[in-house]
Amino acid sequence: MPVNEPTTSYFEIVKREDYSDVTYMLEVSHPLMARAAKPGQFVIVMSHEDGERIPLTIADFDAQKGTVTLVIQAVGKTTREMQQTCQVGTRLYGLVGPMGIPSSLSHATKVLCVGGGLGVAPVYPQARGFKELGAKVIGVLGFRNKDLVFWEDKFKSVCDELILCTDDGSVGIKGMVTDGIKLALERHPDIDEAVAIGPPVMMKASAETTRPFGVKTMVSLNPIMVDGTGMCGGCRVKVGEQVKFACVDGPDFDGHLVDFDDLMVRLRRYKEEENAAMKRFEESCRMRDFMVTDAEVREAITTQMGEA
Amino acid sequence: MAKKRTVRTIPQERTAVRELDPVVRGTNFEEVNCGYNEKEALLESERCLFCPDPKCIAGCPVNINIPAFIEKLGQKDYRGAYDVITASNLLPSVCGRVCPQENQCEGVCVVGESLEPVAIGRLERFIGDRAIAEGWVNIPAIEPAPYKVGIVGSGPAGMACAADMAKAGCDVTVFEAFHEPGGVLRYGIPEFRLPNSVIDAEISNLKKLGVRFECNTLVGRLFTIEQMIEEMGYQAVFIGTGAGYPSMLNIPGDSLNGVLSANELLTRCNLMRARDFPKVDTPLPLGRKVAVVGAGNTAMDALRVCLRLGAEKVYCIYRRTKAEAPARAEEIHHAEQEGIEFHWLTNPVEVLGDDTGNVRGMRCVRMELGEPDSSGRRRPVPIEDSEFDFETDQVVYAIGTNANPIIGQTSNLGLNKWGYIQCDDSLATSLAGVFAGGDIVTGAATVIEAMGAGRRAARAMKSYLGLRDDDALESPGTLFGIDLREHNYARVRIA
Ligand SMILES: Cc1cc2nc3c(=O)[nH]c(=O)nc-3n(C[C@H](O)[C@H](O)[C@H](O)COP(=O)(O)OP(=O)(O)OC[C@H]3O[C@@H](n4cnc5c(N)ncnc54)[C@H](O)[C@@H]3O)c2cc1C
Ligand SMILES: Cc1cc2nc3c(=O)[nH]c(=O)nc-3n(C[C@H](O)[C@H](O)[C@H](O)COP(=O)(O)OP(=O)(O)OC[C@H]3O[C@@H](n4cnc5c(N)ncnc54)[C@H](O)[C@@H]3O)c2cc1C
Ligand code: SF4
Ligand code: SF4
Ligand code: FES
Repeated sequence: MPVNEPTTSYFEIVKREDYSDVTYMLEVSHPLMARAAKPGQFVIVMSHEDGERIPLTIADFDAQKGTVTLVIQAVGKTTREMQQTCQVGTRLYGLVGPMGIPSSLSHATKVLCVGGGLGVAPVYPQARGFKELGAKVIGVLGFRNKDLVFWEDKFKSVCDELILCTDDGSVGIKGMVTDGIKLALERHPDIDEAVAIGPPVMMKASAETTRPFGVKTMVSLNPIMVDGTGMCGGCRVKVGEQVKFACVDGPDFDGHLVDFDDLMVRLRRYKEEENAAMKRFEESCRMRDFMVTDAEVREAITTQMGEA
Repeated sequence: MAKKRTVRTIPQERTAVRELDPVVRGTNFEEVNCGYNEKEALLESERCLFCPDPKCIAGCPVNINIPAFIEKLGQKDYRGAYDVITASNLLPSVCGRVCPQENQCEGVCVVGESLEPVAIGRLERFIGDRAIAEGWVNIPAIEPAPYKVGIVGSGPAGMACAADMAKAGCDVTVFEAFHEPGGVLRYGIPEFRLPNSVIDAEISNLKKLGVRFECNTLVGRLFTIEQMIEEMGYQAVFIGTGAGYPSMLNIPGDSLNGVLSANELLTRCNLMRARDFPKVDTPLPLGRKVAVVGAGNTAMDALRVCLRLGAEKVYCIYRRTKAEAPARAEEIHHAEQEGIEFHWLTNPVEVLGDDTGNVRGMRCVRMELGEPDSSGRRRPVPIEDSEFDFETDQVVYAIGTNANPIIGQTSNLGLNKWGYIQCDDSLATSLAGVFAGGDIVTGAATVIEAMGAGRRAARAMKSYLGLRDDDALESPGTLFGIDLREHNYARVRIA
């Protein structure tokens, strides 16, 4: 298909789904990106002019429909605000990508795809990519409980076997993704590669679980980013003895070489500002709620008076 | 005509320029250098000797006809002066402000041999600002040409190439990865040195020439250079993606929280407007005592930004002496005025952290100058047992950049061993129809050099596309080894 004139200034949200009170999915129109995206890549989003540039993994892409899918966890000011403002028909102020080096979908014949928390959606394109290349795919997904489970069907359609893990055992096995990984590795000693995506602690634990089995484990790192083009160095991570910029040298790295403790310390860098921003945001929400209630009350009163 | 000027008859003192008070400006982002008003500009213009062999022209990387524009300025023909400048330089308002004039035009000005050189930069800025205020723009009669030209990167190199190709009639689109165009002019150089309104004016001039801007477009990843040529119908492409990729010192403590590159600091502050946090969402936590490593323009900008954001102490750490500092003289001077503490001949050996992973100090070693190295500068060598620690809670690295890898990762362009794009003299790359220039070819340089490269590439592009190049006709030079001017050569215009 020929690449036409770029249309890079619309970014309309064409579909939205809410998987839980903190997880939501946005499908954004960007035909060029939908064609260019590959598993493992990410975008940087600005929701409004004064907003922050936040990186989000491309959780799915559909070249036919011309859309890319983002699955977002509301953890702070920007992601919470987007949860409120990003409705179908609205537009993102900025959307740039696909960024990062695509995952190298190797010639592995049996692959373990592990997703936890934030990482469930981002691991999907890789699982699908491996499947399309003819590999056997074993999926391990971790959720806190049954109510938070999403995309089970999507994963089932690309996985030869899917192991769900929940903290409380309300569905699948009771335990963490690492328990699921162990189970999978024991059942399938011929797994030749693993991919683990999620919060840094979970990726660290996953890498430690596969290490004794000698299974190469790729992880997708999520340091704080600004430009995503290799220009600022804010996203630097330690891999082996080297410093790498996750946005252009990654985001995928060999999990057995990554210094996760360094990553976790660096993720805390803006903690104070993040908390302050969140607090102010919550306060402004309460103000708005208050005003809404106020208006509703007034409306109710007028209605009642009208009826009387 | 007036009497011939000599060094004796011209005003001896360089006309001073008004500047904001150092104490007041340390707290805001207003422009420090107020520029000449009309009276001051006219006075300074009297200092040019209109040399028969003007050295200054050769000193300017784009060879502006400096005496000609100063002469017009002196006659109050400001529009005429603007036309002279813009024949070579598209961005007088920008270059008048940020060129390292002391190493370029002013460094070789004849007046400078006995007095202070003519303030060419300030005069140029006067004309540029006048043009913006009056809304002048030189739009020639453009003959449409049936070619689509793609420009990657909207820094000075990209802007210059775009302008020339638009004037040649091509359909020009500039692709920029950020959400706003301008390159380093926008994200790097702060407001107090180069106001955004100046960049906006220059961009809007380009739009008047018919240039289109597509922001939020990461070329290489969204589509490749090869796709632009093969699938998207661009007959020629110019790459001006800048240098990017900041260097780290590679000393212990590099990854502590509170250590960041000047690029990150400046991007957060300028492009993302973190200085207005919490009104905008991008944070920029600031240390009380900030140490900036390096002494180039980037370092000066970082130092002065930190000061303005409210740091109590701002230190500049540089391993050579002030004489070797690569920054513009004016910026070092301004930084000193504002109370930045300079520590020359000092080299960091370790960033010290506390137990939560934050910076608490820095260990440095004193240096002395030894033998000259390959660049001719005396190499700094550490003095034994001179290590010392000092307290700081934020460390900013401004020690240079490496080539941005994205275009290299995604195309078959030939790169040199440092990862910069390889070009021939005309700035053609190893791919037919693809040209490159600016920092991504030369490594970090200057605005005017990037702009000059953009224009040079445009000439090569025109000849590649078979477009008429009016500049070439003005100086036919030699053809087949024959100097055309010596022969009875009639200029033929081939459309
Ligand atoms: C390559 C990459 C891909 C990502 N993909 C996704 C994705 O698909 N879906 C998704 O929901 N999030 C993803 N993230 C994380 C996302 O960018 C952050 O959650 C977001 O920037 C938080 O912004 P905020 O203002 O809402 O929260 P903030 O106020 O900035 O932070 C709130 C909390 O989130 C933590 N946090 C901040 N930044 C990050 C980060 N980069 N990674 C992890 N935790 C962070 C902070 O420590 C803090 O505890 C990705 C990050 C990267 C680098
Ligand atoms: C802080 C700082 C201060 C400086 N001060 C001075 C000064 O006072 N005087 C002076 O003469 N010089 C100064 N310089 C140097 C000067 O700014 C640069 O040499 C000049 O800007 C280089 O221009 P350029 O067009 O090559 O690249 P840039 O200005 O770097 O522009 C490149 C643009 O391309 C974009 N880009 C990169 N990759 C892609 C991609 N794949 N797809 C799309 N877009 C992409 C970038 O986002 C950027 O906007 C300074 C530099 C810095 C960093
Ligand atoms: S462009 Fe720069 S170097 Fe050239 S004359 Fe102007 S200030 Fe001097
Ligand atoms: S060298 Fe100096 S005095 Fe001579 S023409 Fe140039 S600016 Fe004027
Ligand atoms: S995000 Fe700026 S270099 Fe990676």
